[in-house]
Amino acid sequence: MFKKLAITAAALTALAGTPAIAAGGAGYVTDYAFSFEGPFGKFDQNQLQRGLKVYTEICASCHGLQYVPFRTLSDEGGVGLPEDQMKAYTSNFEVWDSSLNDGEGDFRQAVPSDNFPAVNGVGAPDLSLMAKARAGFHGPYGLGTNQLFKGMGGAEYIASLLAGYTGEEKEEAGTVLYENKAFPGGWISMAPPLWGDDLEFDDGAATDLESISQDVSAFLMWTAEPKMMARQQMGLTSVLLLSLLTVLLYLTNKRLWAPVKKKAKAAGQPAE
Amino acid sequence: MSGIPHDHYEPTTGGEKWLHKRLPIVGLLYDTLMLPTPKNLNWMWIWGIVLTFTLALQIITGIVLVMHYTPHVDFAFASVEHIMRNVNGGWALRYLHMNGASLFFVAVYLHIFRGLYYGSYKAPREVTWIIGMLIYLLMMGTAFMGYVLPWGQMSFWGATVITGLFGAIPFIGEGLQTWLLGGPAVDNATLNRFFSLHYLLPFVIAGLVIVHIWAFHTTGNNNPTGVEVRRTSKAEAEKDTLPFWPYFVIKDLFALALILAVFFAIVGFMPNYLGHPDNYIEANALATPAHIVPEWYFLPFYAILRAFDDTVWLVQLVGFLTGGIVDAKFFGVVAMFGAIVVMALVPWLDTSNVRSGRYRPMFKWWFWIFVVNFVVLTWVGAMPAEGIYPVIALIGATYWFAYFLVILPLLGVLEKPDVQPATIEDDFNAKFKSSDGKDGAPAASPAE
Ligand code: HEC
Repeated sequence: MFKKLAITAAALTALAGTPAIAAGGAGYVTDYAFSFEGPFGKFDQNQLQRGLKVYTEICASCHGLQYVPFRTLSDEGGVGLPEDQMKAYTSNFEVWDSSLNDGEGDFRQAVPSDNFPAVNGVGAPDLSLMAKARAGFHGPYGLGTNQLFKGMGGAEYIASLLAGYTGEEKEEAGTVLYENKAFPGGWISMAPPLWGDDLEFDDGAATDLESISQDVSAFLMWTAEPKMMARQQMGLTSVLLLSLLTVLLYLTNKRLWAPVKKKAKAAGQPAE
Repeated sequence: MSGIPHDHYEPTTGGEKWLHKRLPIVGLLYDTLMLPTPKNLNWMWIWGIVLTFTLALQIITGIVLVMHYTPHVDFAFASVEHIMRNVNGGWALRYLHMNGASLFFVAVYLHIFRGLYYGSYKAPREVTWIIGMLIYLLMMGTAFMGYVLPWGQMSFWGATVITGLFGAIPFIGEGLQTWLLGGPAVDNATLNRFFSLHYLLPFVIAGLVIVHIWAFHTTGNNNPTGVEVRRTSKAEAEKDTLPFWPYFVIKDLFALALILAVFFAIVGFMPNYLGHPDNYIEANALATPAHIVPEWYFLPFYAILRAFDDTVWLVQLVGFLTGGIVDAKFFGVVAMFGAIVVMALVPWLDTSNVRSGRYRPMFKWWFWIFVVNFVVLTWVGAMPAEGIYPVIALIGATYWFAYFLVILPLLGVLEKPDVQPATIEDDFNAKFKSSDGKDGAPAASPAE
């Protein structure tokens, strides 16, 4: 049996020497520092509003956000658009309403209770949950500690993807593929959507490629996890309350058992 | 209730007497709560309460989730997002339920390992053990079907792979698989029946939990020494035991609060850590994920399933002997279910008449290797089945079976056990004597 153990141990050390490619040829992901990370992290409202702008002006032509209701753009702890701005923004969209036109369905102007429309056609995935549907960090060696310390890395992955084009292209079966350092496998069919200085922000924030990539990634983290602030708040409150309860129960338990233990000590002493 | 002698409930007021004559329910609750419990239980005896709590948590959060969930392939994924975004506190319910499953399995594995180390499965507690194993099997079924409900990519492909295992059974496999799925592939019919069963089984589990508790309340708890409570008289029994309330209730609640603090930290700060990102992509029968990985709590058995590929000589031999009827896939399925069957049969495989591992010098080693092996199997189950990983899985799977089928039967004959304390009282008193700073303390159990 010790031989077996030795084999396993040897195998483990051998593994430690091999690169982590085994996990699906994952690409290179930069560990950007986002404001919402960590137990005390908060979404940066200005950044989310900038990200919304990037999404609206650039990504929305190909990608939908079909699970995100417009009204949530006004939610506190998130994008936090003022009510009137949210309504004005919403009215720029048209949504499909199957109850119109005697049940035949028709397009109509969107209202705040509607979701963003789905965008089909160019084969681009919906982005509502993208930041949770990708993990930027893996391993090492299937142990999961990277995600434990750095987080899942969904937003980091998107930002790295947008800033990760090398400029190389190739054509394969009629599709143009673009080389990308972050994309698993290295070649993606999405043409580089951002180049830097694609747009301007009212708050005068930087518009270089890495900055706007992070802005839209932060926004997509919010679309994927709009209740993150409430969740972390609940986490904090419940951990504090439970810790307090733990201490109280510890003291109660100690006191409850003290006479029993005292008796045991007394009984144990003279014996032997 | 038979078993350890203790005070029973005596109705005093007129109303109590009236009820007691007709339905002795207060007496039942009283006896359950005041059960004489071995004084010397250590911290590994808290998992029962954690499990009971988690079952309640899952049932309560689950019932509310069902109010907002739509079991249909076109709407299931969107209805989960509706819960996450539009239902008040829906995200909390969903994350609690999702991570509650993991808490459930952490607790059940530790509970099982406790039983394996201290010989809690040995006579007269075999029935408790068997019912426990049934509960564990039902938990796995429930969790597996629950994971299908959000209708993400891993839901769909996990269900496809696992139900495909039934298809590996010779002759009847394909028909069985179709019958289970309600069609040729995982589809709306599958989702609906999984939803129905996912709602039903927790209540079956709850019923079995009551029987599980009934069984060990009849035999009395095991304890770290494995020595039975003296039960010739009430006075004797009281030297070895304390009533469950308040001594163990408070102790268990303290442990539960501590565990819940960790649990809520996970729910609050990293609720998706134990899940798979692919499950945030809606199920798509046309796009197979790069790696289909089950939830972490299935991984040891998934590793055993995959360990027996057709390069293993045993698999080749069996295939040859059965004229190819038992192929590698079916062999793997048998191994996976067999791994649980041998564990369920451990009361009859372990030949030692010493209950607690604390007094079994050789057993201890094999037990801890078993635990390490379990962790390694969990890890290797998540790795791709290529390179060195299948070899590790095979070694791990072999050890699993060897532990139950060879090591435990032989140890009972070969091993010379250490001296056990005469009574629980002696053990308890000795513990506090030694904690007084004197040398020569009896070897503390590793689980304490
Ligand atoms: C011209 C259309 C188009 C535009 C504009 C566009 N995308 Fe894409 N995007 C695609 C297509 C097509 C894919 C699928 C690529 C593939 O799987 O090879 C894709 C894929 C993605 C993915 C998923 C990559 C993966 O891991 O599978 C992300 C994230 C993404 N886009 C983000 C964005 C963001 C953010 C923007 C706006 C800054 C944007 N896209 C703009 C067409 C577009």
